[in-house]
Amino acid sequence: MKNSRGTMTKVSRDNLGTIIMLAVVFAAVSAARAAGLVNSHIDGLLVPICVYAIMAVSLNLVVGILGELSIGHAGFMCIGAFASAFFSKLTAESMGAFPRFLIAILIGGAVAGFFGFLIGIPVLRLNGDYLAIVTLAFGEIIKNLINVFYVGRDSRGLHFSIEGQMALGLEPDGEMIINGAQGITGTPFDSTFTVGFILLMISVIVVLNLTNSREGRAIMSIRDNRIAAGSVGIPVTRYKMLAFTISAVIAGFAGALYAHNLASLIATPARFGYNMSILFLVFVVLGGIGSTRGAIIAAVVLTLIPELLRFLSNYRMLIYSIILIVMMIVNWNPTSRAWIRRHITGRFRRGTGAGEEG
Amino acid sequence: MVSFFSNLINGLSLGSIYAIIAIGYTMVYGIAKMLNFAHGDIIMIGAYIAFSVITSLGLPTGLGILAAILGCMVLGICIEKIAYRPLRGAGSSLAVLITAIGVSYFLQNTALLIFGSNPKMFTPIIPFKYMTVKIGEFSFQTISAISIVVGIILVILLQTFINRTKWGQGMLACAQDRGAASLMGISVNGTISLTFAIGSAMAGIAGVLLCSAYPTLSPYTGAMPGIKAFVAAVFGGIGSIPGAMVGGLLLGVIEILSKSYISSQLSDAIVFAVLIVVLLVKPTGLMGKKIQEKV
Repeated sequence: MKNSRGTMTKVSRDNLGTIIMLAVVFAAVSAARAAGLVNSHIDGLLVPICVYAIMAVSLNLVVGILGELSIGHAGFMCIGAFASAFFSKLTAESMGAFPRFLIAILIGGAVAGFFGFLIGIPVLRLNGDYLAIVTLAFGEIIKNLINVFYVGRDSRGLHFSIEGQMALGLEPDGEMIINGAQGITGTPFDSTFTVGFILLMISVIVVLNLTNSREGRAIMSIRDNRIAAGSVGIPVTRYKMLAFTISAVIAGFAGALYAHNLASLIATPARFGYNMSILFLVFVVLGGIGSTRGAIIAAVVLTLIPELLRFLSNYRMLIYSIILIVMMIVNWNPTSRAWIRRHITGRFRRGTGAGEEG
Repeated sequence: MVSFFSNLINGLSLGSIYAIIAIGYTMVYGIAKMLNFAHGDIIMIGAYIAFSVITSLGLPTGLGILAAILGCMVLGICIEKIAYRPLRGAGSSLAVLITAIGVSYFLQNTALLIFGSNPKMFTPIIPFKYMTVKIGEFSFQTISAISIVVGIILVILLQTFINRTKWGQGMLACAQDRGAASLMGISVNGTISLTFAIGSAMAGIAGVLLCSAYPTLSPYTGAMPGIKAFVAAVFGGIGSIPGAMVGGLLLGVIEILSKSYISSQLSDAIVFAVLIVVLLVKPTGLMGKKIQEKV
């Protein structure tokens, strides 16, 4: 860290590396697509990969940088998805595709951020496992409420209900927008790989900048020792709220991207339940808690593995689970970690103090 | 009034099943200090073992239950030995949590491969002619009564085991301070294996009871009851066995009552909302110990 001499700090070099890595991958994939080298399975996965990578970046902010376990993050994605799809559906005829999608993404982020703020007020008073279980509870509540939410539109305007389609009292030519457990159908397909990549890049830059700012250092000091941080005058709750809300906004962006890639958006447990939240947590932990780059790589690899294992047909999810367990044990077992440090990473770190942790 | 009482009995019965699962969660958390997310799937495996023995092999019900209990016990010990023990001392509870999720995927997909994704009809452990009990105009299912009785018996047995036997005392010691316990000559590894064995055996019993009360069985049967039981354990104060019992019973009653009186679709949301309110008022659960933060 010798910024005074005008050279780049190690941290900003590292961050630049992450951004360049993403740009190179994007350019390579785009080139391969243009040359027709990408098969349709993988091509269909590009937008979901962006969605999952953005979610990994978002959750890494809460788990890795703020140091609080959240297992309800799919809930924020769900809010972003429904808010943006609702807007797109509402303005499907009256606006052009580009401004509509831009506003839809912003709305998805804003609404998710608002809920993140609201939920943060009670949640961030708790700590540790209790905080985790409350985020799980909120995620499930959000999913549950959306499933009983009905919105329709006719010539008299919008109608809301939680009773059912009949309770809306729509005119015969009225149109259902959110149809309870059937969700939203017919959202325009606006999501492309390029948009996904731009959103991912924006989230990465926001999170990396945040971590290197005064606020970011305050947030990390809360992670490392909450009591010490509080005692030197850092407003703990305010910074926790800041990180949590930003994370929710990014999750909302991911939701908007996700929603505009689906023919019908339904708040099913498989899409927005705690299973999904846990999958995002797997990305963060496997990528190395606190590392934005690692989280993105883990998200990409873990989304591709089931696809690459397709030739195993029925056994692929079984193999996937075994890979997950083995990767965790190899990564975290004290003996195997020492071995990896001695034999693999040590070679790349020679001269920079390799093995000093040993 | 009559319908309120049968709802209450149904709620208590579901609550006892939650309580039995929650006790497994809470014991493992208290002693191994980890959230065992695969616990719900052990329930499902237990139910499948009982199903195979009773329906496929045609053996007596008692044998099926016994096989489920023993099978889950062995499974629990193996999971702990293979997947969780290498990560003890890694200093990251998150790493163990993710491994537990991996184990949960593994169990679900194994069941999917062996038994297929079509739900199986589970043969209830009680013959049809004894299914309902009628007292005057007041009737309830026998399995409800059995669940409640089994729940109470298990809690009493477990409390006696923990407070009266040497092994139980060893478990308490490990829960308090693992390092000090091993200095006193308690085998920490053995105690944790024992905890997993007891917790998983209870999951096996819960699996049989759950599938007798709600007789469809699929590889995902265990997931939601597992999460609910986890909520129940937190509700009562995680780490506390009486807390898990109370939390489970309350959760079951709230779920059934909100299903029948408010909205069947919103019952899960109501359960989780009550949990949030409880945690905000009492941040360590109903019977959890207040932890003093030391600087």
